[in-house]
Amino acid sequence: MARKRVSVTIDPRLCKKCGICVEFCPKDVLGPGRDGVPAVLSPESCTACRLCELRCPDFAILVEEAEDGERT
Amino acid sequence: MSRAYTRFLLGKALPHFWCPGCGNGIVLAAIARALAAAGLSPTEVVVVTGIGCWGKADDYLNVNAFHGTHGRALPIATGIKVNRPELTVLALMGDGDCATIGGNHLLHAARRNVGVKAIVVNNFNYGMTGGQYSSTTPGGKATSTSPFGNPEEGLDIARVAEAAGANYVARSTVYHAAQVEAYIREAISAPGFGLVEVASTCPTYFGRLNGMRTATDMMKWLRDVAASLNAARDLSEEERRRRIVIGKFCDRRAPDFNQRYEAIRRVARESGFNPGVVNIGR
Ligand SMILES: Cc1ncc(C[n+]2csc(CCOP(=O)(O)OP(=O)(O)O)c2C)c(N)n1
Ligand code: SF4
Ligand code: SF4
Ligand code: SF4
Repeated sequence: MARKRVSVTIDPRLCKKCGICVEFCPKDVLGPGRDGVPAVLSPESCTACRLCELRCPDFAILVEEAEDGERT
Repeated sequence: MSRAYTRFLLGKALPHFWCPGCGNGIVLAAIARALAAAGLSPTEVVVVTGIGCWGKADDYLNVNAFHGTHGRALPIATGIKVNRPELTVLALMGDGDCATIGGNHLLHAARRNVGVKAIVVNNFNYGMTGGQYSSTTPGGKATSTSPFGNPEEGLDIARVAEAAGANYVARSTVYHAAQVEAYIREAISAPGFGLVEVASTCPTYFGRLNGMRTATDMMKWLRDVAASLNAARDLSEEERRRRIVIGKFCDRRAPDFNQRYEAIRRVARESGFNPGVVNIGR
C-alpha cells in the first residue's frame, strides 16, 4: 500500500486563534504562526489522528490523507 | 471545511458568534458528524432550541429548526415528536435551559420517555446573560453572581435524567470530542428519551472567574477533572462530587412514549369504546 500523505490546512477566515489545536496536538505538528493563526510547522510528523480537527471549535482545520503522488 | 457532514451546516453563517475557544462549536461539529453518520438527510431532522449561547446553534444547522423560548425546548420538541415520530428531533439546551428554568420539563420528558434527544451543553453558568450561576455551577465556584464562591451544590444532570426514566443517558466533555460524537450517534439510534450531557468551556465567564485564563486552560481542566464511570467507582462520595464522571449511564431500550400510547389506543379501539357517547357529567 502506498504511503499516505497528510495535509493539514487551517482556514484563517474561520480561525479565532484560541490555541486549542496547538496545545493538544500529540505530535507538535502545529505551532504559533503569524497574527496568532496556528502554523503547520512539521507536517511530516502528523499521524492524521484528526484530534485538532475534532477539537477545533470553529471548523477551521481540515486534515486530509492522500496516497503518495495524489494531490490533496 | 469539506466533509460529508457539511451538508448539515450552514457554511455561509460561519464564523459563528461564539467566543474564541467556546466549546459550543465542538459540540455543533459533533452533532453534524453524528447526523451524517446516521445516514439521515437534513429534511428528516428537527432541532429545537431554548435561549442562550448554545441556544443559537440552530443558526448554523441546515435542518428544520424551531427556535423556542428559554427553558421550553423540551415541551416543544415533545409536541413535534409525538405528532411526527418518524423525524429525528433534537433538543439543544444549555444548563440554564435544561436544568435550571427548564428542570421540570427535563424530569417529565425523561419520565415520559418520549423519543426526543437532548444535547445539553453544560458550561456551568449562564453564558449569554453574563456568567451568572446556574443549577449546575459546582459548589464553591465563582460566577458573576457568586464572586466569592457558590454556596450551593451543582445538579448532576445525567444522573437526574437516568433516575427520572430516560432510556439513554451519557456524559462526556468537549475535550473528549470523539466520544461526544459517538454518544450522540448512539442516542439518535436508541428508542425513547436520550440525553447527552457535554461538559464544556466558557472561557469568557466561568473560566476567567475560576483561574482559567484561556480556552486551553479550560480544556486542561476538563481533561483532568473527568473520571470514567469505572474509575469513579473507586472514589469516595466526596471525591466524586469534585470530578465530572463521564461515560454511558444507561441504555435501556424500553418502548418509548409513542409505542406505548399507540398500544393503549389499540386496546381502547378494540374494546368498542366510543368517545362520542361518553357523558362527561356536570
Ligand atoms: C423566560 C426567560 N427568562 C430569562 C431569560 C434570560 N436568559 C437568556 S439566556 C439565559 C441563560 C442562558 O444560560 P444557559 O441556558 O446555560 O445557556 P448558555 O448561554 O450558557 O449557553 C437567561 C437567564 C430569558 N431569555 N427568558
Ligand atoms: S483550534 Fe481552530 S480556532 Fe482554535 S486556534 Fe486552532 S484552528 Fe484556530
Ligand atoms: S491530525 Fe493529529 S498529529 Fe496531525 S496536526 Fe492534527 S492533532 Fe496533530
Ligand atoms: S459567553 Fe461563554 S458560552 Fe457564551 S459564547 Fe462566550 S464562551 Fe461561549
